[in-house]
Amino acid sequence: MDRDPRVCVMGEDVGHYGGSYKVTKGLATKFGDLRVLDTPIAENSFTGMAIGAAMTGLRPIVEGMNMGFLLLAFNQISNNCGMLHYTSGGQFKIPVVIRGPGGVGRQLGAEHSQRLESYFQSIPGIQMVACSTPYNAKGLMKAAIRSENPVILFEHVLLYNLKERIPDEEYVLNLEEAEMVRPGEHVTILTYSRMRYHVMQAAKTLVNKGYDPEVIDIRSLKPFDLYTIGNSVKKTHRVLIVEECMRTGGIGASLTASINENFHDYLDAPIVCLSSQDVPTPYAGVLEEWTVVQPAQIVAAVEQLCQ
Amino acid sequence: MHLLVFKICCSSVFPSLKIHPLSLFFLNSEQQTIPTLISNMNLLANILKQPIRKSVLIHHRSCRLTLFAKLPESLQLPAVNDTLFCFSLSTTAHTLLSQHAPLFDLQEQDAHNVNVQSIDFPGGRVTFTPQIKFISESTDKRVPCYRVLDDDGYPFAGSRSEQVDKETALKMYKSMVTLQIMDHIFYEAQRQGRISFYMTSMGEEAINIATAAALSPDDIILPQYREPGILLWRGFTIEEFANQLFGTKNDAGKGRQMPVHYGSKKHNFVTVSSPIATQLPQAAGIAYSLKMDNKEACAVAFTGDGGTSEGDFHAGLNFAAVMEAPVLFICRNNGWAISTPISDQFRSDGVVVKGQAYGIRSIRIDGNDTLAVYSAIRAAREMVIREQKPILVEALTYRVGHHSTSDDSTKYRPLNEIEYWKTARNPLGRYRKWVQRNGWWTDEEETELRGSIRKQVMNAIQVADKTEKPSLKELFTDVYDRLPLNLHEQEKSLRETIKRHEQDFPADVPL
Repeated sequence: MDRDPRVCVMGEDVGHYGGSYKVTKGLATKFGDLRVLDTPIAENSFTGMAIGAAMTGLRPIVEGMNMGFLLLAFNQISNNCGMLHYTSGGQFKIPVVIRGPGGVGRQLGAEHSQRLESYFQSIPGIQMVACSTPYNAKGLMKAAIRSENPVILFEHVLLYNLKERIPDEEYVLNLEEAEMVRPGEHVTILTYSRMRYHVMQAAKTLVNKGYDPEVIDIRSLKPFDLYTIGNSVKKTHRVLIVEECMRTGGIGASLTASINENFHDYLDAPIVCLSSQDVPTPYAGVLEEWTVVQPAQIVAAVEQLCQ
Repeated sequence: MHLLVFKICCSSVFPSLKIHPLSLFFLNSEQQTIPTLISNMNLLANILKQPIRKSVLIHHRSCRLTLFAKLPESLQLPAVNDTLFCFSLSTTAHTLLSQHAPLFDLQEQDAHNVNVQSIDFPGGRVTFTPQIKFISESTDKRVPCYRVLDDDGYPFAGSRSEQVDKETALKMYKSMVTLQIMDHIFYEAQRQGRISFYMTSMGEEAINIATAAALSPDDIILPQYREPGILLWRGFTIEEFANQLFGTKNDAGKGRQMPVHYGSKKHNFVTVSSPIATQLPQAAGIAYSLKMDNKEACAVAFTGDGGTSEGDFHAGLNFAAVMEAPVLFICRNNGWAISTPISDQFRSDGVVVKGQAYGIRSIRIDGNDTLAVYSAIRAAREMVIREQKPILVEALTYRVGHHSTSDDSTKYRPLNEIEYWKTARNPLGRYRKWVQRNGWWTDEEETELRGSIRKQVMNAIQVADKTEKPSLKELFTDVYDRLPLNLHEQEKSLRETIKRHEQDFPADVPL
């Protein structure tokens, strides 16, 4: 916002309240309430408003208080955000960033635990990225703001408290690149967002048991970084996908199809995909824990895969 | 100092403040607008014939100033229904005024009365009453409609409207004729199978053209889909219309949208998107952008009577009001949403009364009266830009044509009703009488114009029909700013398939 006066933020309670997870804290005082706009409760409308503003030269960042509420903005995101650049013959650009906290949290109930990446992945014209560390959050956010395309940036409710030493100076990450978290030889584990931490926890156990897993945080959910993923598959010949989406129609489902199509010859075993069950997220803590893939399941899957 | 007249609806709003029923205050967002208000000030002073006494300046937002001025009690008021000065007091101003009452040395009513008669809540003070009183769902009288010309093209006595010079008047008339002929011929072209789809604006030519004439070319239009006249006025050629309808390579939209979904950035006309009312919240965004850039322009968003039922109508208007965004909302109430008559669409007195619910000033006009539309839109636009607030205009009209070429409206409405509106209430006929009576137009010129436009449209169709379609690569470009890897692969795959099975693909698509 310092660098480019056209960048503005809009969403519910983003101004003086600082946002539901305090992502925009302090911005309203610094930049004024016109650039950090508190909106009435109408997701379809402020997303539509952002699209209109983007068409006229601004670079809006839309915050969904919780990603799940952006389902109310599906019409604007799908029919207008993703489409207007194409249907106008390239005349109108929509450089918006749509972001917000999503994923399964701690007992937030079904409506606040949505994984929108699976619903949005089909929309042509948008890009989707998921950040997972303070380092990649900064880099991906900057890249998303500077992109000329509409980008949906998925943050996770449980990752806001992570602390990490990151460079003060400016850096921009590539929106379409995956991140090599841990190189290895035996199996390729593809994951993103919060599941990265469950995978890394499982990796510790696996290393103790003598396995050498390669962990890749795919980051770019649309399009997939098939270059990095492909190189890994060609090396290890075994793939495990660990995601938080539901089994049916999730990112894992699309990724499985994509890898099968492109790297079939390099696979020694069918791809295994660990995802959440096809159930709404329950409130009870114990039940909620078991809708999300746990490190123990990841370890078991790798052992199975490497047999 | 610049002043607008505010009419406080009733003095019971401020029971504790003995405020004069007609108070003056102004809203000024930035310095540039000051010069345009000076003439109002003089006019105002003349009407009131009194100098303005006490006044105070209050900052209440980073870019706004509010001035309150007290008038002497003995003042003679202008007529209550004076439409020049009919604004409603916003909630913010209410609160501010009550907060600063002491500055005006206004006498408080005795403390006892204050406690009994009004009470504080978030949103301000309200009086309360021991009676259960419902606000009626309808008024005895419907909101009147602004009209200048009668059915024979004679201006009503005492009608107030903008002066229209001969050049503008003729350009409006000729554009309405062009629109009408274009609609007829393109509609027929669809019937003959030359284009796949078309929607006419028949019966709404006055709304289309007079609105376009009243706006500035810098105003950004967000159409619903029955406003091609605006593009026509701004210089979109008949050939450009034909290219979009036929989806040729010369179409600005590169053949990607269905017919009548025009879009032209250079004409400040946002590409039409089929879902209804999605453009209304976008209008608030465009206005927000114009406001941040301090431009002397506004966003103009259209919708039909049906569109007012969409959630986006509520949210778009609410937003624009809260954001104080310079949007002009124009609702073409033509009586029908495909086969749904307005009696099945809403139960309010049309659309104009909905404005007040959002805190938006609104007006109802005769959409088939060219001069009324022109004057009203001019006035509304000026208010929108000067005050940086939205305004709602309900233009009453009738959809003479079918909803589109996929509709046969004779199935749900009587033929004689359609005939009546097509002939007796035709906007062109009425306006033509006025233009001809001024000595600006003759029957010969009419015949000549119609002949020449017909020829032009027919020719445009011939040419567009034979023009090449967009090349295959345009299937994949503009989805993103650059072609991503997956689309590159998909294009490659498609081209390979075409090469292998050339006979199975259309021959007229250039590769």
